[in-house]
Amino acid sequence: MSRIAQRFQQLQDSKRTALIPFITAGDPTPQITVPLMQAMVSAGADVIELGVPFSDPMADGPVIQRATERALAQGVSLTAVLEMVRQFREHDGTTPVVLMGYLNPIEVMGYAQFAQQAAAAGVDGALIVDLPPEEGHDLIALMKAQGLDLVYLLAPTSTAARIKLIGDVASGFVYYVSVKGVTGAGHLDTAAVAAQVGAIKSLIPLPVGVGFGIKDAETAAKVAQVADAVIVGSAIVSQIETLAATPERIPDTIGNFLAELRQAIDAVDCSVTSRAAE
Amino acid sequence: MAIHADKNPNHPVENPPNPPLLKGGFSSSPVEKDTSSSPPFEKGGQGGISDFSNYTLPDEHGHFGVYGGMFVPETLMHPLEELRLAYAACCADPNFQAELDADLRDYVGRPSPLYHAERWSRELGGAQIYLKREDLNHTGAHKVNNTVGQALLAKRMGKTRIIAETGAGQHGVASATVAARLGLECVVYMGEVDVARQEANVYRMRLLGATVVPVKSGSRTLKDALNEAMRDWVTNIDNTFYIIGTVAGPHPYPMLVRDFQAVIGREARAQMLERTGRLPDALVACVGGGSNAIGLFYPFLNDREVAIYGVEAAGDGIETGHHAAPLTAGRPGVLHGNRTYLMEDANGQIIETHSISAGLDYPGVGPEHAWLKDSGRASYDAITDAEALAAFHHLTRTEGIIPALESSHALAYAHKLARTLRPDQNILVNLSGRGDKDMHTVASLDGLVL
Repeated sequence: MSRIAQRFQQLQDSKRTALIPFITAGDPTPQITVPLMQAMVSAGADVIELGVPFSDPMADGPVIQRATERALAQGVSLTAVLEMVRQFREHDGTTPVVLMGYLNPIEVMGYAQFAQQAAAAGVDGALIVDLPPEEGHDLIALMKAQGLDLVYLLAPTSTAARIKLIGDVASGFVYYVSVKGVTGAGHLDTAAVAAQVGAIKSLIPLPVGVGFGIKDAETAAKVAQVADAVIVGSAIVSQIETLAATPERIPDTIGNFLAELRQAIDAVDCSVTSRAAE
Repeated sequence: MAIHADKNPNHPVENPPNPPLLKGGFSSSPVEKDTSSSPPFEKGGQGGISDFSNYTLPDEHGHFGVYGGMFVPETLMHPLEELRLAYAACCADPNFQAELDADLRDYVGRPSPLYHAERWSRELGGAQIYLKREDLNHTGAHKVNNTVGQALLAKRMGKTRIIAETGAGQHGVASATVAARLGLECVVYMGEVDVARQEANVYRMRLLGATVVPVKSGSRTLKDALNEAMRDWVTNIDNTFYIIGTVAGPHPYPMLVRDFQAVIGREARAQMLERTGRLPDALVACVGGGSNAIGLFYPFLNDREVAIYGVEAAGDGIETGHHAAPLTAGRPGVLHGNRTYLMEDANGQIIETHSISAGLDYPGVGPEHAWLKDSGRASYDAITDAEALAAFHHLTRTEGIIPALESSHALAYAHKLARTLRPDQNILVNLSGRGDKDMHTVASLDGLVL
């Protein structure tokens, strides 16, 4: 069982919702990324999504675009991101790390080499934003051979047929994009999300994480009522942006923010669990 | 080079009762008859690949060999499928084709003339040069062929809002134009750098009622405008139609833009046959994203005796690294929804391009060109800023035609090519746009501020 599957199994056994923070590797400096990952784990992160910077992040909103530009200005490459994961793994053997990024840096590295080096560095899976299953056969096979999970996005526009198609190749968990738009966009319609998460779960057996539009403890709590995982990206990255000049303050600040979210999510989990017990 | 007279008895004449629609693109009624009675596509023959006799690419997933495809976020997969189905339905609908043909004739001004640049040809002292005058279209470039078609498609799909990306501004103007005519809201994304160097076109778009949004991310040029338009589309998918201006992007865009632009080549093929009694010896067109080039090339792909040349922007020179020539000096990768040749660094980051012409200043290229290059059916070369400028002035002074700087790259290449050919051979050049929009750029090189 993969590290991601194990983690979701533990969460399910203890009836808890996962908290999955996203940061862009190397933002604002390469040196801060590993300490930040460690601080997020201490604050209650269950899985870490690590963004691999790409020059043309067409699915990302302005907050994550700027994070990407900060990281690229520091020369952060896919190889450098894998090295960060390797360093993180020296002290943390259990928290899953999922890379999130675009295909081209992987194309240039070479599929086989990427799969092999990512596994060797301690990466657990990847969400390649612009690689739908239809185009991904070769890379999917190589990643699976290395024991890596393939995490996919599902959108409000995904039809039942597409959800099933993605369910056939996805592993670990799926990431439901809760609003039509780019990362950091819009407000959340919890009822609509609940309905769609239910529809997804009726079609595929994987845990469903929900992201896009989760800004604070309140929205995190709402999503925790309906999802297996709460995914938070832009809300973290915008705080990193305001601290870009003082990176040493980032791990504590983000740790505190995640602790608030963790508390809000746990409160929901408790009430759901106790209601279920009654 | 082999020369084929019209109605060569050695070739069975293919004359289908209805012109092929989906794969062959749309016909244009003024030249339809001529085109369908022209010699059929030659089978086998010389060249690097075995069979161009039955060209049907892309496949159903939008692949041209290993290129093309649909490399997009999940949020766009369903809208692209809707677009594919809507386009297929339009292709099968004679009313759609009739409406398109009428628009191309009455609004765009098609067919565009074929002009024998006799004086320029004589000065060059080689082959005869014929210009396909896309510069005489409404709005001054080939771009409008595509926007007219996509706008009709948008209307059929019930969309009320048009978005577009633009580099030089020609596609933005062409989109704003058709949006004004159909009463659709129009938002054009344009890199901040391009907004500054194409002021006149920005003003034209605003006059036409479009909102021009300067894009401040990345290199602030065409590629970033494309990213921003994609983001808008993802967000406003319900009411918005994205008019992509070139033969790049995810399937079905490279196919449908090609089909709409193929009117250029269909007309030119018939016009050359009528004028000279045979097919041209060579085609030349500039390639940024590559829509004017594919529009000219596509109806000739099966004519193996016709040599095909695409001309990229060599900027300051390929060796300087300051250029926009992915086919000449790049390598395959994935950007903007398709696999194609790209300008990228060793880590797969897209690098900034340079060309004097904003319309060629793009780090990728349409996937069909990538495939035509690898297959050997077309050859790609690059022309520097300086060479393009020289051709710009040369054509202006000898023929009284001021070409766009983009088209000037094709002219500069034709100049070189003509000198290697005999005076009884013919080169067909796509004069894709007029140079009015480039007055500021050219004047500033002469030290003038307009």
